[in-house]
Amino acid sequence: MSTPRPRISPQSIHKIAQLAKLSVSDAESDQLAAAFGETLEVIDHLRQADVADIPPTHQVTGLENVWRDDVVNDEQSLSQSAALANAAHTHQGYFVVPAILNHKTRQDQPDNEPSP
Amino acid sequence: MTNNQQEYQLVVGLEIHAELKTASKMFCGCRNDPFAAPQPNIHTCPVCLGLLGGLPVPNKKAIEWTVKLGLALNCQVNLFSKFDRKHYFYPDLPKGYQISQYDIPFCYHGRLDTPQGTVKVRRIHLEEDTGKLLHKTIDGRAQSLIDFNRSGVPLVEIVTEPDITSADQAKAFARQVRQIVRYLDISNADMEQGGMRLEANVSMKTASRPQLPNYKVEIKNINSFRFLEQAIEHERRRQRKILDSGRTPDQSTRGWDADAQQTVSQRSKEEAQDYRYFPDPDIPPIRLTPATVDRLNKELPELPAAKLERWQRQYQLEERFAQPMAAERHQAEWLDEVLAAAARTDLPANRLVSALVNKKITVEPGTDPEQVIAAYHQLTSSDEVDSTQLAAAIDQVLADNPDAVTKYQAGQDQLLNFLLGQTIAAIKRRDKLDVDAKAVRTALQARLKDLIRPGRSATS
Amino acid sequence: MTSLKTPSLPNRLTIAQALELLRAKQLSHQELYQALRQQISQSNDQLNVYLAQEPEAEEIAHRYADLPLKGLPLAVKDNFSTQRLVTTASSKILDAYRPPYESTVTRRLQQAGGVVLGKTNLDAWAHGSSTETSDFGRSLNPRNTEYLPGGSSGGSAAAVAADLCLGSIGSETAGSIRQPASWCGVVGLKPSYGRVSRYGVVPMGSSLDSPGPITKTVEDAALLLNAMAGHDPLDATTSPQAVPDFTRALGQSIKGFKIGVLYLDTPGLEEVAPVYHHQLQVLSELGAELEPASGLEPRLAISVYTVVQRGEVSSNLAKLDGIRYGRDRSYFGGEAKRRILLGTFTLSKGYADKYYVLAQQVRTLFVQDFERLFQRYDVLVSPSTPGYAKKIGASEGATMFGELEDMLAEPSSITGLPGVSVPCYRDEASNLYLGLNVVAPMWREDLVIQVADAFERHTPWNCWRSPDWARSAHADNNRSPNHD
Repeated sequence: MSTPRPRISPQSIHKIAQLAKLSVSDAESDQLAAAFGETLEVIDHLRQADVADIPPTHQVTGLENVWRDDVVNDEQSLSQSAALANAAHTHQGYFVVPAILNHKTRQDQPDNEPSP
Repeated sequence: MTNNQQEYQLVVGLEIHAELKTASKMFCGCRNDPFAAPQPNIHTCPVCLGLLGGLPVPNKKAIEWTVKLGLALNCQVNLFSKFDRKHYFYPDLPKGYQISQYDIPFCYHGRLDTPQGTVKVRRIHLEEDTGKLLHKTIDGRAQSLIDFNRSGVPLVEIVTEPDITSADQAKAFARQVRQIVRYLDISNADMEQGGMRLEANVSMKTASRPQLPNYKVEIKNINSFRFLEQAIEHERRRQRKILDSGRTPDQSTRGWDADAQQTVSQRSKEEAQDYRYFPDPDIPPIRLTPATVDRLNKELPELPAAKLERWQRQYQLEERFAQPMAAERHQAEWLDEVLAAAARTDLPANRLVSALVNKKITVEPGTDPEQVIAAYHQLTSSDEVDSTQLAAAIDQVLADNPDAVTKYQAGQDQLLNFLLGQTIAAIKRRDKLDVDAKAVRTALQARLKDLIRPGRSATS
Repeated sequence: MTSLKTPSLPNRLTIAQALELLRAKQLSHQELYQALRQQISQSNDQLNVYLAQEPEAEEIAHRYADLPLKGLPLAVKDNFSTQRLVTTASSKILDAYRPPYESTVTRRLQQAGGVVLGKTNLDAWAHGSSTETSDFGRSLNPRNTEYLPGGSSGGSAAAVAADLCLGSIGSETAGSIRQPASWCGVVGLKPSYGRVSRYGVVPMGSSLDSPGPITKTVEDAALLLNAMAGHDPLDATTSPQAVPDFTRALGQSIKGFKIGVLYLDTPGLEEVAPVYHHQLQVLSELGAELEPASGLEPRLAISVYTVVQRGEVSSNLAKLDGIRYGRDRSYFGGEAKRRILLGTFTLSKGYADKYYVLAQQVRTLFVQDFERLFQRYDVLVSPSTPGYAKKIGASEGATMFGELEDMLAEPSSITGLPGVSVPCYRDEASNLYLGLNVVAPMWREDLVIQVADAFERHTPWNCWRSPDWARSAHADNNRSPNHD
């Protein structure tokens, strides 16, 4: 007895792509849906395992409470020019992107509100 | 209209973000000083700039401060906790995810009493702040500029239950929270610079259906307590209109536009986010011991509410005078020193504080308590009743009550209180002035002594 | 078939040999670097190993002469951030990216006197086991150029096999050091997760990524691991425990070791299983007690690994937005796209519990299974890969190519265990190799080094350790089955 192959529709692929900020053409989405099917079939082996009362392992080192004292480490920091060196667009020490008009903000005003 | 108003009950929950004022950022050693930075992008490193291979190492002090804040807001502390990644794309978020806390925040189940009732705190978690955007036109094109000096600054988020029932209460709660973080000395909580930011979730329920409404409107971009009050008030009116027409307001995110005095739509429910949280594999979990939590609890300063209560109990201070003095920790602690000094010299505490609050005594907080007391004496001698007036009143009372004087001199000490009462009443009647009973008592006793030994007084 | 070995040249030396000769002043940096330049100019175009090369390598080597590694030339996988050389992770997105900082591994190697001679090709973003997903073309297997070198650290393994460096650095998420080492007939050591810092390494699967050496001999691997390993205050997942001198595990007897043999009966291994059975006898002859052991099915580890790694990939590559560095997200290749999308899906609302959490629970089962095995055995051995190197083009269109090739390494990878692949057979007809994977409990790299070193010293399969002996031993080796 074989379990049916899990299917993801090309429409779902588009939705996931949006979430991952990737653009996917219609032709690609068909291929991707097929590849998803193949991968999900492999992943579905997981269902065979008996994991009742088994906690998840997110990390394997067993470490806990790894933290740093509140000390400024200038050695790790970058100069402004080093920070900007690989950027496509800069302006007077800033990184630049095309205007984000997600919400009303006045020109030349800092936008204290962080991203949504 | 009035009938309609009574049908709806405002339901508000707050989300308050406050930047912690640690020396370094949350997950790297960069300077945490975004407001004073003379240039953009000078406090960054591979970690907070989101370079490939940058790895977060949490700031211990920020974690301890978050726990302290939780304790100050009467929260439970999760001894085992962790950091999670919260994913979304935005140019001010360099890694494409924010390190935050998802299902196990450091603190939960707290509460804070406001004059309008208790507000439960659902959770307090620790996360990192984003960079800052500046919108500008460059060469005729609208651009957004990004400064990552703020990226990675430790940020606590306090989330309340939807217990708040008025704009006024929301404002009171937010103010108290700011007061507490300042008392704890963990945040400047500067609203204008964005060091403290408010979001309100607003909806309305009807008396007939007391359960929570099936929608809520999130209001962002609120950067003052006044705007918080105005935004909630505006939203109450807006939602009531919709409800009155028989519809349900949309689940949405709105911003407060202070110029237009209204909330404006930012995002509707179709774009509901899927943040794909999972435990950050780069950061081992945090396990606090009860002893650590105990130590942090002991390190808490006396908080405003406790101070007010103690002042009332110990010094009988009236709340109207005590409240403003408790607003700020250093002032309150200084007042405690002044009150202790005053108590040693039997100075009336409430009158002293009243004089301070009403600026009858103008001294800077931090002034030597002895100087404050001296200033108070000067005030009472000049402003209330001078020694000539006092002497005249005493002489009049003694002359009017010769029997009492005789009996007192014969050893009936309790008659001093009678004479004292008479004198105070006389001053109030004649000069319409407040008097300091202790000063009057002292002067009265001295005068009675003089009457016993007039000769000695004359020859000495 | 091409053989690129030229035994008389100094670039043929192992790290240990070169250190010895430099110390004895029987070798100069000039001779060494000239030989390397010559070999690189001869074969790099064909093999496509180096994506960038250090123009001042020899000058730097002179400056490092008094340090422990004495200015020896190392090849470094191009997913380690280096300030002097462009760091691409073999993706077009980063074709002009010059990191403004140095990875902890390359910094430590340089502080120990190693010179980053060049940056080696890999599968783009380390996604793959062939180098065929590299945006800069595939590398070839120097043992036989009709074949793939494996991956993702294929360039680093090929650089060692072709004597284009004295030793190299790779990184393994699951198999990415051991599989190419196995295919190229070199030694690949994956340390315990947390033994070597990830700071500055382009992240793949953050809970799995382990940088490690790929070298000519086990001894060289121990020397490089000494220079790389240890707690890093900039990587919270590195272990604070002290790092032993790994060279002390060299040349030690393995008498009395209890060794469990895993996975030989796995379907798909029918062809190579007899070779392994035969080669493993040498461990018994050295006094170890071998017995067949059974662990959880490797195919189940593929499922765990795929979910965890894809999820972490989708998160780690979210920082590529083209704003601060690199090109925008439209430049991602097909494999990266597939992985990002699958990871996004398995972490999304309604699916995270079904896939991500479940996978992490099954991961616990593997941790427990190895705990059980290590109560009985000092180390475990298995084939490093299901077979010999695959022909060029083999990975194309095979969605799960990497996972299947790395299947035997995955159980130890998802549990963070240290492992080493050491050459254990050469097929004379194809000149292709098989590798033996030795796995030990967490933090016991010394054990894998001890066993692999003993195996290497007592078998003819290492072409650097004793080439003449190897050749003659190979001719009439009674351990060599009649494979054809």
